[in-house]
Amino acid sequence: MDYTPKEMMTIAAARTIRNGDIVFCGTGISMIAAMAAKHISAPESVIFFETGAIDSHLEEVPLAVADPRVMYRTAVNGSLLDAFGTMQNRTTGKRVVGILGAAQIDPYGNLNSTVIGDYASPRVRFSGSGGAADVASFVSRTIIFMQHEKRKFVPQVDYVTSPGWLSGGDARRRAGLCEGGPYLVITNMAVMGFDDSDHRMFLKTVYPGVQVADVVNHTGFDIDISRVAPTPPPSAEELRILRNVCDPQKLILG
Amino acid sequence: MNKTMTLADAVDRYIKDGDHISIGGFTINRNPMAAVYEIIRQGRRDLHLYAHSNGQGMDELVGAGCVAKLEIAYGGSGRFASTCIRFKKAVQEGTIAVEDYSNYQMSLRFLAGAMGVPFLPTRSGLGTDIITRWGFPRSMRKADAKLPDQKLCVIDNPFKGHTDARKVVLVPAIHTDVTIIHVQKADCHGTARIKGLPFVDVEQAKAATHLIVTCEELVAPEELRDNPDLNQIPPFIVDAVVHIPHGAYPTACYGHYDYDPVFLKHYAGLAKNETSYRTYIDDHIRSSASHAEFLQKAAGDRLDAIKADPSTGYARNLDRR
Repeated sequence: MDYTPKEMMTIAAARTIRNGDIVFCGTGISMIAAMAAKHISAPESVIFFETGAIDSHLEEVPLAVADPRVMYRTAVNGSLLDAFGTMQNRTTGKRVVGILGAAQIDPYGNLNSTVIGDYASPRVRFSGSGGAADVASFVSRTIIFMQHEKRKFVPQVDYVTSPGWLSGGDARRRAGLCEGGPYLVITNMAVMGFDDSDHRMFLKTVYPGVQVADVVNHTGFDIDISRVAPTPPPSAEELRILRNVCDPQKLILG
Repeated sequence: MNKTMTLADAVDRYIKDGDHISIGGFTINRNPMAAVYEIIRQGRRDLHLYAHSNGQGMDELVGAGCVAKLEIAYGGSGRFASTCIRFKKAVQEGTIAVEDYSNYQMSLRFLAGAMGVPFLPTRSGLGTDIITRWGFPRSMRKADAKLPDQKLCVIDNPFKGHTDARKVVLVPAIHTDVTIIHVQKADCHGTARIKGLPFVDVEQAKAATHLIVTCEELVAPEELRDNPDLNQIPPFIVDAVVHIPHGAYPTACYGHYDYDPVFLKHYAGLAKNETSYRTYIDDHIRSSASHAEFLQKAAGDRLDAIKADPSTGYARNLDRR
């Protein structure tokens, strides 16, 4: 069956969302992943946005987290303070899964979405944190979407916008951050996890048709490949939901 | 007291060169765009803008050269510009000074201003460069009495009991000279009602010395008082009420109209090129006598297409490709 890397990424993320999870979504494929999860494995999961929309009834794909489409038939239309409070809250924060993206990632899942080059005179300026640093600081599990390129998987990011496992081990706890942290990195080639003790990234599964050596060549740091397994391809039903139910206009997946 | 006035009068009276300001809304929703265009038309310079994620409004103020200093969490406009184009250019070319925070940090900073406390604590950003790297040097902070002497401050949690929180980040309060928000309904005294997500508008409004409220509908006070639970802005914090239909265009206003995907895409194209952007500012903004004239040029006959469906609050099946 034919499918695109974007569809594989979206389904790989959707599969990890558990029933009852509260899913923090950004724009783009993270929204589609959360929408798909509700139809596949987690009907009781809740989609919420940093803008304050809680349990949005998404009849059409929002193109921004402030799109009026996120406000339709929610449980509550709160504010940014409510949304981030839900994540920082010690009870509800534990149930939140955050989905993030970035321009650069390092072996410990620290993310850069601010600048390439020196902060004082950047070669390239990006949007900045938005809510990413907040999500990465607060929630128990973050899933990170990346394009798998050497210049994006770097030994050290130019600017730490969002905290991952910092320098690894228990650095995150020592810094005073909330429990949990980066959980999966999902790219157009593979899925990476983080070691339970040193919290360094390792190769978890590779997509059908992708060679492990290709993934290694596209990664700008040493990555453990000893635990790798194949990623199950998308099923016909998963693809049907993605294409017909979640994004029929192909606004994100097109 | 009747606070209604024209947009030109409100901007002329309350916004001066060098003022510290903030605008309501979020990325492509409910930015007070008519007021943004009026600020550009009146040629305000050297503004200090506080933003969480004020995509379109922020980008146009920066692009027109009105902003010298920017404190911001996110400069993007959803799918229309993953990084706002004039913002990106200005930072890369060093024509504005920028200080980065996160959205929650900026929200808390407005809340602190609204509450009247000097700072609020959070656990957000520990271990990141948001804390270690400062965009505004100490000397700049020292020279400006309106700025706190530090960007952020990390302290040990002084309380026992909340056991896993060893440290907290203190974020300094924001007090703006002027905040401008666009709402769905207001009365002549300033009582105002936001429909849909309020974002951080209410805290931004309360953290300001002067508040300008632009509204889609100017209604009788009785209409708002019939359902006071739905109102967010009390009249005594409002200085000016401006009735300006489509005042958030080209961004969305829930229940009234959607964002205009055609114009936002067109804008992104114009913003990439210096000459076309200058021409846009002159032809669309500066040479329009009013927002109505701007709408004529920018939206043409698309206002019908973006009209919100009353059952959803947005324009159903709008072509957004």
